[in-house]
Amino acid sequence: MRDFIFKRIAAIIIPFICIYGFYVILHGASAAGGSFAGGIILGLAAIVFSTIYGLKKGKKKFPEKVLFCIESYGTLFYGIIGMIGIINGAPFLANKLAGIDLGIPGTLTSGGLIGLLGLGVGIRVANTLLILFFTMEGADS
Amino acid sequence: MELIVADYWIMVLLFILVVASLAIYFIKDLLHAVIVYGVYSLIMALVWLQMNTPDIAITEAAAGICVTILMMLVVFRTNRKEEE
Amino acid sequence: MKIKNILVLLIVLLTTFGILLAVAELPPYGMDDNPIHNQVSERYINESLDDTGTLNMVTGIVFDYRAYDTMFETIVLFTATLAVVVTLKPFKKEEVDE
Repeated sequence: MRDFIFKRIAAIIIPFICIYGFYVILHGASAAGGSFAGGIILGLAAIVFSTIYGLKKGKKKFPEKVLFCIESYGTLFYGIIGMIGIINGAPFLANKLAGIDLGIPGTLTSGGLIGLLGLGVGIRVANTLLILFFTMEGADS
Repeated sequence: MELIVADYWIMVLLFILVVASLAIYFIKDLLHAVIVYGVYSLIMALVWLQMNTPDIAITEAAAGICVTILMMLVVFRTNRKEEE
Repeated sequence: MKIKNILVLLIVLLTTFGILLAVAELPPYGMDDNPIHNQVSERYINESLDDTGTLNMVTGIVFDYRAYDTMFETIVLFTATLAVVVTLKPFKKEEVDE
């Protein structure tokens, strides 16, 4: 898979796949989609990169230490955002009860904490896909 | 109960679904079976779209077509290396 | 051998008949007076825009009403990844000995 045509077409196409993945994640509150589907699209972009340019370059761009760090501390990020509710005197993971401005429905920043939580879960899903791919690809060596 | 155009459309889709899932059983070559599984996932995504659930259609198209086939191909490649 | 095949065919046909009987009892798809359209879905449809501020109702339910579920779903993802890594990742022999 070290063909010249493959490499040039991937270099053109991969940025657009990444933009589409972030679009689906960030517009989860106002359009169809959501963080799980967007995270899968982001992970696929990274997998396409490391399939076409070789596993060594892929592991250089996404180091395994960073991947395992995100995988281990991802849920902690979710919990820390949930603590905002307790600090403001409302239940854990509260959104409207904690007095957060919900914004105008339909815009990018609507929904209060939902955008932050969605971004975290999306990056987490992409990360999981990458770890699975690297582990299964390197299992035979 | 009167049938509209969407009903006939979904009948065609379900028929292709049955044919594809039978074909996965009868095809002997593993690579061809995986490709037919991609056809199955694509038709399933269209069925979700017919039922007015675009969320699940996007997820099915991304997870069913791309991720499952990619993981199966990786497993085939590692198996072939061991056999040689 | 042949009697066994006929027996298997009979069991499969009987099971298919039972499943088709159960499916025939279901209400038609998308009708207004189906039993799933009770007060729960009514409450979500009417008040989720005020409660969460999202146009997409699915995201509102997943990240606001059912935020605990999503949190532990990420833990399920972590556990599945951990199982795959522990099973398939090749460890070097010196690391095991130490």
